[in-house]
Amino acid sequence: MATQNTKTLARAMMAPSVLLLLVWMIVPLAMTLWFSFQNYNLLDPTQTGFAGLFNYEFFYTDPAFFQSIWNTLVIVGGVLLITVVGGIAIALLLDQPIFGQGIVRILIISPFFVMPPVAALIWKNMIMHPGYGVLGDINRFFGFEPVDWFARYPLFSIVVIVAWQWLPFATLILLTALQSLDGEQKEAAEMDGANFLNRFIYLVLPHLARAITVVILIQTIFLLGVYAEILVTTNGGPGYASTNLAFLIYRTALLGYDVGGASAGGIIAVVLANIVAFFLMRAVGKNLDR
Amino acid sequence: MARSVTTKHKVIATIAAWVVALIIFFPILYTIITSLKTEPEAIAGFNLIPSFTLESYITVQTQRDYFTPFMNSVIISVGSTILALIVAIPAAWAMAFSPTKRTKGILMWMLSTKMMPAVAVLVPIYLLFRDFGLLDSRIGLTVMLMLINLPIVVWMLYTYFREIPGEILEAARMDGAGLWQEIVHVLTPMAVPGIASTLLLNIILAWNESFWTIRLSTTNAAPLTAFIASFSSPQGLFWAKLSAASTMAIAPILILGWFSQKQLVRGLTFGAVK
Repeated sequence: MATQNTKTLARAMMAPSVLLLLVWMIVPLAMTLWFSFQNYNLLDPTQTGFAGLFNYEFFYTDPAFFQSIWNTLVIVGGVLLITVVGGIAIALLLDQPIFGQGIVRILIISPFFVMPPVAALIWKNMIMHPGYGVLGDINRFFGFEPVDWFARYPLFSIVVIVAWQWLPFATLILLTALQSLDGEQKEAAEMDGANFLNRFIYLVLPHLARAITVVILIQTIFLLGVYAEILVTTNGGPGYASTNLAFLIYRTALLGYDVGGASAGGIIAVVLANIVAFFLMRAVGKNLDR
Repeated sequence: MARSVTTKHKVIATIAAWVVALIIFFPILYTIITSLKTEPEAIAGFNLIPSFTLESYITVQTQRDYFTPFMNSVIISVGSTILALIVAIPAAWAMAFSPTKRTKGILMWMLSTKMMPAVAVLVPIYLLFRDFGLLDSRIGLTVMLMLINLPIVVWMLYTYFREIPGEILEAARMDGAGLWQEIVHVLTPMAVPGIASTLLLNIILAWNESFWTIRLSTTNAAPLTAFIASFSSPQGLFWAKLSAASTMAIAPILILGWFSQKQLVRGLTFGAVK
């Protein structure tokens, strides 16, 4: 009887969280799905009724759509490449005995706590501004023309900013994983005469495999939705040169007032995110069984 | 046999690590330095020594009213975190101490709600907020961020609670403690560190959330994320003022963040890396 009571109580304790998340998941998503099949424009009340697949067709045939998918992939891929490779390198460095380890760690982790609009504005104005930024000053010092980064290389500039924000995250997780590597194994490998490269490939990298997977998957979820960094730097331009899928949907919905079209885009984004989520759930799920 | 570390090796590693750390930290450092310059100084080329004037900080407060968005940020991030904790603590508790066959499934499902791209539900949320008069309201944003972070809060608490040994519970039960006594006298003291870590990490996440806070607020409820985003178009000489506003926006959370490095790894990887 006591256990029956406990079970009922346990259910009651879980109910608020489960119900809230259930509503939060189902209601807006169902609305998005519904709108995606409707003619619905906030500025034009005469447009109503069932639209069939028109909104999907509209989104799909928009040349900006493929550009935005491509830009999304470039941002995700570029940032992952920089943060994982850089993160492994820095984690290996921090795993060495060094003076002032604590302060070095604090300095390296800091960008992660900088809110996206601040990070983007700092880079835009203090670092990459052709007139007053530090990179411009450096160029002038060596006698080169300063580069107008956001006009010439908008997507690359955004990748740099986002990578700067996520490099600390990758470093910290990889360092944590690295520090759990068995010291005796390292010693044994060293005594057997394995050089640094061999130790790295056959001992360290396999040990880091799981942490790397986790870094890639979690960052991908956040990187698919990069928004504020684009908003305050290039605003998606020039043209659509730095518009990713998230930003395109925002443009369609709140600047174009096209609810139907934006909703179709939203459903496409959900499908993309689900593909990523599937792999993440498997990785995290395995850990639960341990 | 201990690994012998030569001093030379340590010195080289130290120099390399400090160079990397200073490069990564440089944009923040330079922003802090620039915030202490006058406007003409700020655009006069590269210079690491400011005149240590607080002029820009004063201007940001008097002309742009920094304090209101700052309070909004505090209310929204702390409020949403506390709301989430109130809802999540019982749930995580039940899952950690009375697990059933379905517990794992429920946890995974909660995590999956976190994967939903925000932008996919922008339109319905925006319309719902408009129809319920929640646009640009602190309550609306607080509830929104509570829902967004709820899965992470449940997960973090769950991973902490799971580490509390079950034997202690059994011993308390043998002594005739009821569930309520169990919670108040035995488990709460052991759970407080985990709850504190969760609180800290979620305030940080809520403080920096920059999609919903920017889109669902305009003036009254605008937190620092929206306040800073409004600086995106330069108005005349504004480098020092931008730096002062940025410094004030990130300083509180940077300091909180330094204290929460370990929890960060655990919380953001859902316990997969510790």
